[in-house]
Amino acid sequence: MSDDASTTPKRSRDSISNTLIVAIGVSFVCSIIVASAAILLKPRQLQNAEEFRQRIILDVAGLYEPGADIAALYASIEERTTQLASGVEAPVYLVLDGTRTEQVILPIQGAGLWSTMYGYLSVENDGNTVRGLRFYSHAETPGLGDQVDKPAWREQWQGKKLYGPDGEPQIEVVKGPAPEDSDYQIDGLAGATLTGRGVSVFVRHWVGEEGYGPYLKTLAEEESH
Amino acid sequence: MNGARKVLIDPLVDNNPVTLQVLGICSALAVTTSLLPALLMCLALTSVAALSTAAISSIRNHIPNNIRIIVHMTIIASFVIVVDQMLRAYAFETSKQLSVFVGLIITNCIVLGRAEAFAMKNGVGLSFLDGLGNGLGYSAILIAVATVRELFGAGTLLGYRILPLVSDGGWYEANGLMPLPPSAFFIIGLLIWGIRTWKQAQAERADYRIHEVHRTEVL
Repeated sequence: MSDDASTTPKRSRDSISNTLIVAIGVSFVCSIIVASAAILLKPRQLQNAEEFRQRIILDVAGLYEPGADIAALYASIEERTTQLASGVEAPVYLVLDGTRTEQVILPIQGAGLWSTMYGYLSVENDGNTVRGLRFYSHAETPGLGDQVDKPAWREQWQGKKLYGPDGEPQIEVVKGPAPEDSDYQIDGLAGATLTGRGVSVFVRHWVGEEGYGPYLKTLAEEESH
Repeated sequence: MNGARKVLIDPLVDNNPVTLQVLGICSALAVTTSLLPALLMCLALTSVAALSTAAISSIRNHIPNNIRIIVHMTIIASFVIVVDQMLRAYAFETSKQLSVFVGLIITNCIVLGRAEAFAMKNGVGLSFLDGLGNGLGYSAILIAVATVRELFGAGTLLGYRILPLVSDGGWYEANGLMPLPPSAFFIIGLLIWGIRTWKQAQAERADYRIHEVHRTEVL
């Protein structure tokens, strides 16, 4: 233990001038360290965030494979916008096959049990059949609501229909297991009934009249020709 | 050199910040559902503890007594932000899981406790070792807890399947308690019991004085 407190007598150490000098000095040095870290690392962080978003979009479209070059794969996806009923411009992501739209990926968000859940829903070019659903940000209960991230549960969405024969959104997450032959129902998550209910409500909202419903109908008409 | 060795090694078991001093419990509950985030959290806390105690020690003779805590906080917070930014740049996926808990290292009483109790009275080298030792002591417990929780809660370790789950056609039924925070309490409790049975001195040590223990945890 080296104690060289004698270099600065205790009195001057506690003086107002020294207090100010130390406070300003420490703040100055620390702010430089923090600012340089933030600025130097920013490009990489933005790249990470963008890559993550692209990977989720690719994944929901069923195009992602672990280890693949995300930027190259993402080049095949076309970003467009559409106007919702409220007048808001909303993005849509198209997977093109030549001139035809093969599937469309819609950003969705809504309240789960605890948190706003953000994700993407991919729909086939018939505007009705689900290709995939994936959340990229939520804070649902660990072990219960966060099962929405489990591949086994996400895979169930594939092939389900959004709309019933009457054209109204029918898709839902039920409580308990869904009937085997159901076109619209997805197994509930054990212990996460409310998360499932939230997902049902906002997925229906986003594919409904106020969401991407009109867009999906137009798409289906164009592609059926 | 024996002193330095003691400063580094003591916090691992004999004076472990988690099991003996019962500090830093909040993050031990939050980030130990699986091993990878726990490892990253250990790395973050250990580097913050070591660097901030060294930095505080280097200016300890100039820090005015009446603003010492706020000076500690400023220095610790700066290192925490740097570490958090680094994680976001180089370990993006896992840093998302750690979310707010890296930021909360600022309020971790292991770091603040070592700054106040050790770095203000000792040289730069020793303080660095003390921060490092305490960070490693915290890490040892976190890794133990995370290993148990991930293995029995999900049947995996670092994402690799160890116990095949019933839901995937295996034989292991995942323990639903393990992903929830209380399980960390139980595991830490069992660890403390085990360590104090092994090292009887920790249970009833004569020179164990309550005023050496800083139960000032903010979170």
